[in-house]
Amino acid sequence: MNLTLFVWRQKGPDEQGRLERHEAKNISPEMSFLEMLDAVNENLVKNGKEPIAFDHDCREGICGSCSQVINGVPHGPKEKTTVCQLHMRHFKDGDAIYIEPLRAKAFPVIKDLIVDRGALDRIIQSGGYISVHTGGVPDANAVLIPKEAAEAAMDAAECIGCGACVAACPNGSAMLFTAAKVTHLAMLPQGRIESARRVCMMTESMLNEGFGNCSNHYECQAACPKGIKVQFIAKLNREFLKAVFKN
Amino acid sequence: MILDGKCPSGPLAEKWDRRRHELKLISPANRRGYKIIIAGMGLAGASAAAALGELGYNVEAFCLQDSPRRGHSIAAQGGINAAKNYPNDGDSILRLFYDTIKGGDFRAREANVYRLAMLSNNIIDQCVAQGVPFARDYAGYLENRSFGGAQVSRTFYARGQTGQQLLLGAYGALSLQIKARTVTLHPRKEMLDLVVIDGKAKGITVRDMVTGEIKCFEADAVCICTGGYSNIFYLSTNAMSSNVTAAYRAFKKGAFFANPCFMQIHPTCIPASGDRQSKLTLMSESLRNDGRIWAPKNKGDRRAPHEIPEHERDYFLERMYPAYGNLAPRDIASRTVKEICDNGFGAGGGRGVYLDFADAIKRSGRDKIRERYGNLFEMYEKITGENAYNQPMRIYPAPHYTMGGLWVDYNLQSSIPGLFVLGEANFSDHGANRLGASALMQGLADGYFIIPYTISDYLAETAPGKVNAEHSEFKKSRDDAESYIKKLLSVKGRKTASEFHRELGRILWDNVGMVRSEEGLKKALQLIPPLRAEFRQNVKITGSGSELNQELERAGRIADFLEFGELMARDALHRRESCGAHFRIEHQTQDGGARRNDENFCYTAAWEFKGVDREPELHKEPLKFENVELAARSYK
Repeated sequence: MNLTLFVWRQKGPDEQGRLERHEAKNISPEMSFLEMLDAVNENLVKNGKEPIAFDHDCREGICGSCSQVINGVPHGPKEKTTVCQLHMRHFKDGDAIYIEPLRAKAFPVIKDLIVDRGALDRIIQSGGYISVHTGGVPDANAVLIPKEAAEAAMDAAECIGCGACVAACPNGSAMLFTAAKVTHLAMLPQGRIESARRVCMMTESMLNEGFGNCSNHYECQAACPKGIKVQFIAKLNREFLKAVFKN
Repeated sequence: MILDGKCPSGPLAEKWDRRRHELKLISPANRRGYKIIIAGMGLAGASAAAALGELGYNVEAFCLQDSPRRGHSIAAQGGINAAKNYPNDGDSILRLFYDTIKGGDFRAREANVYRLAMLSNNIIDQCVAQGVPFARDYAGYLENRSFGGAQVSRTFYARGQTGQQLLLGAYGALSLQIKARTVTLHPRKEMLDLVVIDGKAKGITVRDMVTGEIKCFEADAVCICTGGYSNIFYLSTNAMSSNVTAAYRAFKKGAFFANPCFMQIHPTCIPASGDRQSKLTLMSESLRNDGRIWAPKNKGDRRAPHEIPEHERDYFLERMYPAYGNLAPRDIASRTVKEICDNGFGAGGGRGVYLDFADAIKRSGRDKIRERYGNLFEMYEKITGENAYNQPMRIYPAPHYTMGGLWVDYNLQSSIPGLFVLGEANFSDHGANRLGASALMQGLADGYFIIPYTISDYLAETAPGKVNAEHSEFKKSRDDAESYIKKLLSVKGRKTASEFHRELGRILWDNVGMVRSEEGLKKALQLIPPLRAEFRQNVKITGSGSELNQELERAGRIADFLEFGELMARDALHRRESCGAHFRIEHQTQDGGARRNDENFCYTAAWEFKGVDREPELHKEPLKFENVELAARSYK
């Protein structure tokens, strides 16, 4: 199949960006979206032009590197699918496809489709962990965890930190990401002592990094390739209120 | 040279305790004076950085991803082994030790493997304390499942995302240390060189992948935790940026490379759909419990599977290995599938065979199969667009995990003092055929529980901060890296780096893949040097070195693969025996099994760099088996 691509090109964070037109020819429907871009890039290189820069790594939907907005939707049209797992069979011959980086104030563009998602790491660094040191911990079966709690923790822990939720949100909010981590840890007895401090630190960090607030658009859930649910945001709010009253 | 692994003497179970007692300590107040560099932030690197930061060392942590949460360990699915014996089914440290030694076809060090089995229990405790949401039963206890041929249930798991959850646990521990400022994180930095001063590792040279700046970092010790190199085959289950560069450049600086030809092929991957595919996706091997594997009986049969009647189907594993049938061991299943396809009997005439669930669905019902494998069927459909409930899956083997790596002694120290190597980047614990669920175990054992002890012994003999970044070796390393990049960019040839990668991958897959012969290996050794020479003359890289340039990154890694591939072939050629996944066609038993040659090859092969187009020198570390009897690896 043949496609027309409109790709965001931007040399650096301080440069002006623009959409550039590219033709993708002889694309097989079996290719993944990123393999289609690989093919376009190889052509560009052969013609002495600079290839389109984009983040990607595992190409099996788990590392969370890939981060494009395709036709206005983070990770493209297919539900619960990362760009690397999106295949060209979901497009039609002759389609025009718009490819842009994740757009959010907290995610400055580094180059073309690559953005800096360091803000998400800094939210975790502010307290998104259990402060246990290595060694000297109790036997793994010493603390019992109800199956339902372990399953709910795992549902939340599946977040891959790709940032699609932020790009999908009209407010550029990182609530779904933060809520997933807070819920994961709040479901478990470990680290409960620091839970109030944790949720306050993480919330504060979110604000400092320039993420917006949640105003219940639910776009984050719709864009999330892992199906992380907005219910976790309710859990985050409850945890936060509990912490505020505690203090 | 006969290499010494420096294993402690005495009874197996006391060796690690004995060594820990011998190792020198550094007082807490003095630790912050020591700087340690850690390259690579997968399970081994992140856990090491977290553990060393906690102890109070001054850690500089590097990764080429934008975040340590994206190390390729995140993609591991199945689980992590431990000898907890929670299910009361007869497991013990000794049994896990024995299974691992046997699974490695007696090409690993006894003392290392025993320590790994012992520490496996601490790992589970540590990860649970970090909040890793392992599967639980209704009473709240941890669940176990069996994995990869073991007769006990010793695998702990977090759905199909065990690697992800373990890495996020280590990433949390690392984040805590970043906040405490014991660890300084350097994302999007690629290690290009090891700096050796007076014979000791004293720093690294990195390229900032955003600005292109080449910079040196000095330290009192360096840890390489940069994973494996099966991406050398072009199509593998590895992430796109997995590479051998950090390890290989350390090899060029004098660190020995051990058993480079040992790698594991995974039999159940989704086959490549076209020549432009970028990677292969692994499907859980558990599918073989219910699926029946077959290929058309007629050569080049291009009919759709449902058009091929029962009597024209060859259930070849059931035919050739009636005792195991579809559950034949990984290496045997992989080899047989490849042979079937090479001979033109592949599904649709291509590279792949059918994994058919029709009988299982008839027997157990669609719901039962959905319950067991639903997520895998979904993943398969996402990638292939085919519904495996209605038509058989197609599978093909793929390079997966590399057991070779930089040579290290029992303390995880390489042949360069001060250079430590952890996780998949070292060679130490897996021998010739790593079992499932043991890679995660090694990464975390090395990082959390071994390096914190052993590195102090080296540091205690070292005056901290003696070397500064002004030393001429740093300047030289930086200049070398800069001129190397300039040279790459100045070639301005006609072929892209990826084209060279595909060609190299083809040569290696055909000749240094899962079936090796003297003839094929010699052919590879003839084909690789001209391809490398062509690369130097004809590679085309656009853009400059002083910006984010993914073509340049790729070309640098492929340049190293082009040299390293030759080392792999050389190692495979010299090892005139079959062991585990290293299958030499000349050395097989009558029923197609691997025939070891313990008399002549019961050693670790460690290669010393002598120049790019010169033969490396072979050093041997003899393997002594005092606690297990060298037996034929049989799963009958």
